[in-house]
Amino acid sequence: MIRDMTLGQYYPVDSVIHKLDPRVKLSATFIYITALFLFRGLAGFALVTAVLFYVIHLSKIPFGYIVKGLKTVVTLLLITVVFNLLFTSTGTEYWHWGPFHLTSTGIINAVLMSVRLGYLVIGTSVMTLTTTPNALTDGLEKSLSCLNRIHVPVHELAMMMSVALRFIPILIEETDRIMKAQTARGADFEKGNIVRRAKNMIPVLVPLFVSAFRRADDLALAMESRCYTGGEGRTKMKPLKYGKNDRKAYLAVIVFFILVIVFRIML
Amino acid sequence: MASIILDKIDFTYSSGTVHEMQALKNINLQIGEGEFIGIIGRTGSGKSTLVQLFNGLLKAGNGHIYVDGEDIYDDDYDMKKLRCKVGLVFQYPDHQLFAATNFEDVCFGPKNQGLGKKEAELRAFEALRNVGFPEELFYQPPFELSGGQKRRVAIAGVLAMKPEVLILDEPTAGLDPAGRDEILGLLSRMRSELGITVILVSHSMEDVAEYVERMIVLDNGEILFDAPPREVFSHHRSLEEIGLAAPEVAYLMEELAKSGMPVKPGAVTVQEAAQEIISAICKIP
Repeated sequence: MIRDMTLGQYYPVDSVIHKLDPRVKLSATFIYITALFLFRGLAGFALVTAVLFYVIHLSKIPFGYIVKGLKTVVTLLLITVVFNLLFTSTGTEYWHWGPFHLTSTGIINAVLMSVRLGYLVIGTSVMTLTTTPNALTDGLEKSLSCLNRIHVPVHELAMMMSVALRFIPILIEETDRIMKAQTARGADFEKGNIVRRAKNMIPVLVPLFVSAFRRADDLALAMESRCYTGGEGRTKMKPLKYGKNDRKAYLAVIVFFILVIVFRIML
Repeated sequence: MASIILDKIDFTYSSGTVHEMQALKNINLQIGEGEFIGIIGRTGSGKSTLVQLFNGLLKAGNGHIYVDGEDIYDDDYDMKKLRCKVGLVFQYPDHQLFAATNFEDVCFGPKNQGLGKKEAELRAFEALRNVGFPEELFYQPPFELSGGQKRRVAIAGVLAMKPEVLILDEPTAGLDPAGRDEILGLLSRMRSELGITVILVSHSMEDVAEYVERMIVLDNGEILFDAPPREVFSHHRSLEEIGLAAPEVAYLMEELAKSGMPVKPGAVTVQEAAQEIISAICKIP
């Protein structure tokens, strides 16, 4: 069923990572991704691995649950591995056939790229699994508020994003219900060629759009009747504030990044 | 005519994830031909899940369902045939109305059954007449109708498939008392005229008590009572415990009986109660 999708969905447990300020998690993820493409050598690899697994351990999210998120990028990973293996021509050559080569550099590159991509997906999903979408947009809004000075409507963009995120599960559930209602009337969504299938979706799309527009209208009315006028002069009920753990986390992230650079230069 | 048998049914949502939730536990049920049944329970008791099992929209984790003696979980069972036999009308008509006109929308079901244009239109016409839908609205778009009329079109959309069992999930939600009585009266009439089995799902005892012959009360995914309304209401203490209530008149009759008036508690409708009170007053010398 559609509602069983898990990729990037918030995982509700109580952990140190869950309680961190979203801004910390955002910048930490950003730095971690940069580090993934900077690290070099076994020591660097050990460092990024250790940090990732330590954070997963702290977040109390079952490891298997995170790995499940990798399934969606398996194809991409495989393509990267195959291309790196077959089309790298430098290094010691073990085997070649026409334009294809199997070399030592190719093997190292393939392993390195798959580690980088895999860690990238795991790292970012740790962030989305431990942060509610609302906290995430809050964090984004606060971190990007400097852009207000050059007239970027940061608040409005953040509001749009949180509304959109909020409505994804609702619309998924609604699609599920509409499909069931039409299936009960004998509709079939799996038979026929692509044109027929697209045509079969009309009885689902029409009610879905009608209800989405109605919801949008209702929401606009509800916001207006509570005097919503946009970001100017608006205060927050729960303003983001850094705590002791947030400062510690920042420190840890900086130390981690310096180590990655040091390893890259020294080793 | 169709009979449905549920044998030790369990159902769990999102099985094997953090959001796992058992919706139904060990349900055993037998539904005969031409019955008029109310399935009652509060929000989250599993009633909507149960009716979606009847026509195979959800598949039970454990147990078997037999429709007309055939196991619907057999690999070669024709699900489409089942859905023609067991019609299900969902709570919100907005979830199924999509066509440009009401008439076209009702044609959708029969066309999916593989009927020709003529036959489908005939079925649609018949169904819309059966639900008492005004003829001048046949070729209007369904999005501009009132809630009660939308529901009629939705019911007609399923009725046009000529099901032997008609299941309605909260058919009276969002309707005013007049609209509610109209829809329930309509169903009761259709059941006697067309001879189909009707199953109503509701969270309100009072709404359906007057109409149904058999009540199935669900609580937390289990069947608590399965009996005629009168008998179910005699357990009103345990009904209150699970967040449901017997009709007001049941309480009134109990109070009267307690204060020494010679009435039999157990009246379900206002008419019955009035009869009972009048005859009691006549008995008093």
